[in-house]
Amino acid sequence: MTVAEQPLDSPAPVARARVDWLPYALLAPTLVFLTVFFVYPMIQAVVLSVRDPSGGLTLRHFQAMVADTYFRGAVRNSLLLSAIVIPLQVILALAIALLVNTRFRGHQWFLYVCAIPLGISDLAAGLVWLSIFTDRGTLNMLLLWLGVIDQPIAFLSFEEPVWLYAAIVVTEVWRATAIVMVILVAGLQLIPKDYFETADVFGATGWRKLRYVTLPLMRPALQTALIIRTILAFQLFATVIALAGRIVPVLAGEAYFQYSLYRNPSVASAYAVLIMATSMVITVAYLRLLRGREAEIAT
Amino acid sequence: MSAAARRALLALAVTGVTAWVLAPIVLIALASFTTRSQLYAWPRSVIPDPWSVETLRFFLQAQGVLQATWHSLVVAILTIALAIVIGAPAGYALSRFRFAGREAFRLAILGTKMFPATILAVPLAVSFIQWGLYDTLLGVAFVHTALALPFAIIITTSVFVGVPFELEEAAMTLGCGRLQAFLRVALPIALPGLAAAAIFTFVLSWNEVFAATILTLRTRTLPALVMNAVGSAGAPADFRFAAGFFMIVPALIIIMVIRRYLLTLWGVTVR
Repeated sequence: MTVAEQPLDSPAPVARARVDWLPYALLAPTLVFLTVFFVYPMIQAVVLSVRDPSGGLTLRHFQAMVADTYFRGAVRNSLLLSAIVIPLQVILALAIALLVNTRFRGHQWFLYVCAIPLGISDLAAGLVWLSIFTDRGTLNMLLLWLGVIDQPIAFLSFEEPVWLYAAIVVTEVWRATAIVMVILVAGLQLIPKDYFETADVFGATGWRKLRYVTLPLMRPALQTALIIRTILAFQLFATVIALAGRIVPVLAGEAYFQYSLYRNPSVASAYAVLIMATSMVITVAYLRLLRGREAEIAT
Repeated sequence: MSAAARRALLALAVTGVTAWVLAPIVLIALASFTTRSQLYAWPRSVIPDPWSVETLRFFLQAQGVLQATWHSLVVAILTIALAIVIGAPAGYALSRFRFAGREAFRLAILGTKMFPATILAVPLAVSFIQWGLYDTLLGVAFVHTALALPFAIIITTSVFVGVPFELEEAAMTLGCGRLQAFLRVALPIALPGLAAAAIFTFVLSWNEVFAATILTLRTRTLPALVMNAVGSAGAPADFRFAAGFFMIVPALIIIMVIRRYLLTLWGVTVR
């Protein structure tokens, strides 16, 4: 199996005396493309969100965003859902990664099965779990069969906010644990076997080995997984709309509704800027919080 | 803990996780093969009785679905072509050369992986209206390419690292030019890896919802059409189940095909 970081870290040693323009020529198309379709729209998002129709600076799109009925709910739900979903994903992903790392017979197939949700979109995942949680869904049928209920429970309704939340959390854990897991598996494979052998020699077992050897060495991988997963959590949108419509507003969903429903690109851009700023703050926060003394060992 | 108990616990955990991942997929498949009237019955059987393609046929015959599927395929193919043509040279450069700015470029690529469609789509929609790209398949393909490029570069870098430069050098000493050596020696060896990059790009484009929804109005891709039907048009439940099933089938096949590259694509650690 390919070790993740190895390809990028070990370029073929091609010694060259003079400045070679060839690599820059090869990178040029990427740089041009990303400038037009990546850097420019990011700047444009900020411009749209602070420009009034006459071209002057204004904060009124942000004020309109904050004053919107759905805004507070969207901020609360995006934060709360991230706070519930991400720890569950990290714990489950860590468990799967450690299972894969025991290298039991068939561990490769187990890894592929666990990676399947990587190929499933947020929208499709929402629809998959809709078929389970809906009134005439599989869960109600199971409860009926078990004799717990005789009339279907409306899990996905306005009256059942806890069930609605639970359905979203379950769907997100099902869909997006795979990305965390793949990053952690790749991180585990980077740890030289010597560390574990040394731990064995000194008689470390089970929990102690996990706590004092594996986890500290996995810090870079955990950090990456947390950053990527948190940023993606603020993109959460189609899953929620598939399961709950607008009963549970979220930030990215509001950007969508502001643009598609109200035809208001400026307020939609304000949401985009808010999501972008949140993502940047989170990245910096994780990098600072998780920078420990042990980190150097692993790099 | 005894060795036998450990093995039993391991087997239990592996079975549990496997069931957790696979069960929902099986359940939506079952729902998709249940007749429409059965889906709304209470109580209804979880196993279709009778098995039927009525629900799937209803979905496929619904207004615009086949056309949107076609649009999705066109966008995906355009995205693959753009991502490979633009990304592969960059991947080749990263695998073969040490040059000033290499690390900065690598970091920029990792950074672009992290700021996806939600931020880009709205401002680009405004620009696309001016540029005449709004509501076009090419416009959607451009955004998907921006999202796919970092992955295309990462996977092509690892592919070309696996092709020894000595082979190209040997070809050059035998009279090939730089380009010819690449085309006739490195490229054929790298083809399977490039195919994996192409397939991954397909999944990314096929699954992308947000940008496609924002950037199209009539020229919907499949996720954009379904998103609209679910989000504002109030599609019936059977349409939703069939749509969910129909959208995940290609992804299931494809993940199995590119499974060797999963860790390379996603498992990159930021240092």
